[in-house]
Amino acid sequence: MAEPRSIDIKEQPGFRSIAVICLLVLYVPVLILMIFSLNSGSLVTHWEGVTLGWYGSALRNEEFHNAARNTLIISISATIISTVCATLAAIGMTRVKPWRGLAAAFMVINLPLMVPEIITAVATLSFFALIAGTFGLNFGIGNLILAHTVFCIPFAYMPIRARLEDMDLTLEYAAADLYATPWKAFKRITLPLLVPGIMSGAALAFIVSFDDFTITQLVAGPGQTTLPLYIWNQIRRPMTPEINAISTILLLVSILFVSVSFLIARRRAK
Amino acid sequence: MSGKLMAAVSAAVLLWAVPALADGELHIYNWGDYTNPKLIEKFEKQYNVKVTLDDYDSNETMLSKVRAGNSGYDIVVPSDYTVKIMIEEGLLEKTEPNAMPNGKNIDPRFLNIYWDSGRHYTAPWQFGTTAFSVNTDKFKGDINTLAILFNPPDELKGQINVLDDVNTVMHAAERYAGVPRCGADKASLKKINDILMAAKPSWKTFSYDTITKITSGDVIVTEQWNGAAYRSRQKIPAIKYAYPKEGIEGWMDNVAVLKGAKNLENAKLFQDFVMAPENAALISEYAGYDNGIAGSHKFLPAEFANSPEISPPAGSPTPEFVPPCPPDVVEIYNKIWTNLRK
Amino acid sequence: MTTATLSPTMPSKAALFEAQAVKAGARRNRLLSLPALLIIGIFGVLPLLIICVYSFLAAAPYGGVQWRFSTDAYLNFLFQRDIFDDTLQFTPDFLIIYLRSFLFAVVTTIICLLLGFPTAYFMATRPPAQRNWWVLLITIPFWSNLLVRTLAIMFIIRDEGLINNALLGLGVIDKPITMLYTNFAIQLGLLYAFLPFMVLPLYSSLEKLDFRLIEAAYDLYATRRQVLWRVIIPLSKPGIIAGCLLVFIPALGAYVTPLILGGGVHLMIGDLIAQQFGSGRNWPLGCAQALILMAAVLVALFFYVRNTSGKVQHG
Repeated sequence: MAEPRSIDIKEQPGFRSIAVICLLVLYVPVLILMIFSLNSGSLVTHWEGVTLGWYGSALRNEEFHNAARNTLIISISATIISTVCATLAAIGMTRVKPWRGLAAAFMVINLPLMVPEIITAVATLSFFALIAGTFGLNFGIGNLILAHTVFCIPFAYMPIRARLEDMDLTLEYAAADLYATPWKAFKRITLPLLVPGIMSGAALAFIVSFDDFTITQLVAGPGQTTLPLYIWNQIRRPMTPEINAISTILLLVSILFVSVSFLIARRRAK
Repeated sequence: MSGKLMAAVSAAVLLWAVPALADGELHIYNWGDYTNPKLIEKFEKQYNVKVTLDDYDSNETMLSKVRAGNSGYDIVVPSDYTVKIMIEEGLLEKTEPNAMPNGKNIDPRFLNIYWDSGRHYTAPWQFGTTAFSVNTDKFKGDINTLAILFNPPDELKGQINVLDDVNTVMHAAERYAGVPRCGADKASLKKINDILMAAKPSWKTFSYDTITKITSGDVIVTEQWNGAAYRSRQKIPAIKYAYPKEGIEGWMDNVAVLKGAKNLENAKLFQDFVMAPENAALISEYAGYDNGIAGSHKFLPAEFANSPEISPPAGSPTPEFVPPCPPDVVEIYNKIWTNLRK
Repeated sequence: MTTATLSPTMPSKAALFEAQAVKAGARRNRLLSLPALLIIGIFGVLPLLIICVYSFLAAAPYGGVQWRFSTDAYLNFLFQRDIFDDTLQFTPDFLIIYLRSFLFAVVTTIICLLLGFPTAYFMATRPPAQRNWWVLLITIPFWSNLLVRTLAIMFIIRDEGLINNALLGLGVIDKPITMLYTNFAIQLGLLYAFLPFMVLPLYSSLEKLDFRLIEAAYDLYATRRQVLWRVIIPLSKPGIIAGCLLVFIPALGAYVTPLILGGGVHLMIGDLIAQQFGSGRNWPLGCAQALILMAAVLVALFFYVRNTSGKVQHG
């Protein structure tokens, strides 16, 4: 592909402008939202001047604190559980001889990605209502953590599995040759090589949990308002630029985690 | 090294996550944007109780979450007809608010009401009316008729928000049609159905977010509660609350304790707490409705108590409190409603 | 990909030893997938089975279910007792809502494809260093909060929003153009929400494109247009199908976007299902509606599997 012609033959007319349009469509609305979070006027749509005041009032707002705390408890717990499970599952499904049921297991892991969110949401709601009604069981915020863990697992699983498949097995065999126990070989060889995949998977799991609205809205119980639910409640009230400030904070957290995940993956590619 | 960092971060998160120590907890489930934070703060300080507050947007939403069982809430604030349903269903704790120290403050008008005669279960929270508001900068005609909603003049077509509430809209249509509430009579139901189908193209949105809708300029008319109208007028003075000549709906929200509440004693304290006049005034000051507690008005600004939204002008229709419709009528209502919004 | 493919590169004696070790380890390793499978099984699959059961029960008057067998939920999906003369009649209300959602999902998929394919192709033909940045740029919205992004759209298109204010200020229009709470708003929101879902799978498919084939086509005097339609598009078919599916499925069940941007005038499947669990107070009906949606998704997946059978998919 090093021929001088190669760039030329790859061109298609108009594609560049469409790509630029796509980027504009994706970015202009959120950029405007971010800019208006700096608006000093109290009406959302009239620009009056620059201030960081809305960030101040957002950060001092106790409801926001509670929502942020709930979100972090849920997201961090779901991320840890799902990443551990996904790592184990990825090893159990790649470092093995194909076993009967492997395809089915693979489907189960990916199931949460195939089911529309609204269905998962009402199904989870019915499930927790049933066990609360029948056995008197209510895990409190654990309900949300479990619900989130379910859909975080496939997101954590994908990069870890991809990493395992790309890995050079020679080292693992060499370790086995040198009479390392399977656990030692795993700890000294496989795990260190797997870390970028795990980190990348954990970052993705964190973001999907952090941003989830639909499932959280239906499953959440008392005192379990998360940041997306908080924003939802705010949208339905007279809006001030504070909501833009809070939204911008959420976006920045997502951007941070995507970038981290991306940079780790890129380092891996090198 | 990174392990230590992780440990430090998680320790910080955990510390932050531990709730402040308090004698107890109270989980309140109330309508959105309806509870004065000062009221909660005061209660928390006075009794050293940690309060959590969540909101719902309709009686039906609240009811479905509570009926699912073990919701974890102690206090809910259902409207009149919902209280009746919840008592019949055995969902509420009989806490005898009338016998509480502050029970003496209950306005006699709201003591022997149809939904909880003698106040054995619920304490008054707020009461008001449901009609609609118009931005009179943008519409100059007569607004005191339900025709504004159901047969609007051309300049209002496509500029109307109605509440996403089947009962309110049905009852308003019944008043406009001049037929009784909850009537199972086929001919009148057909009449209502026709009125709604004809009006629907003029409606822009179905939403509870009435203040946002009218103050952001999304609509010119919104079906609204009187207190929300009062608050809308604070933002845009031209917003006027209508008293339609065909009749107006009255409602009352009430503080109730759920059966099996984990924090029963705190919940009872809260019921008593909201019946103290100065606390009832805090509730009204925030949400903008009258509260049914005698002696609370002296803690409220006169400008609020005398506003047209709170004190209707002479000649306005008497608010009508509508008991829950029988199940077969509810079923038909729901069908008309789905058909309307398909 | 599997250990078996690597064995030939090992010395034969070691290979024998390895084969045994791997086999012994394999048994144990299998169990490692158990925690993930258990969690998804109990809290993901079991709930789906529960709503299957619920859909065949009767509704309790104020939400929840009664343990009594009933097919009312499915029957009511298409037929209802007429309000006025009590006969059981075909009532297309729900069907209309499903068709509307279906239409929105199809249009969203098509527009996303029309915009996404050129974008993905353009990305795939950049030098490798640039490509990574493009991927990052498309990935960020993909993972950003949908609610916030929907809010941003709302902010721009409302009657007193930025577009209308700008046009009014410039004197282009003298009355605001109503965009929010219309079908246009829903369509725009869906497009905006799901565009990255189309671009990313297309990109990963186009990135692997063998450009020698394109060169060969040009050598055979193909025009640019012919190269696009006869070579590039057929070769990227798996990516196109994956992208369409990733847009179509979530768009069909979209909940929050239509709710905010549509103003609740016209229901969509997502709202309809959620409503049965809230103000509709008919859980069995909601469950049946969810399962009917699931069936539609399975049909879409079936076409996907049939069209890509034989090829191994990698995310």
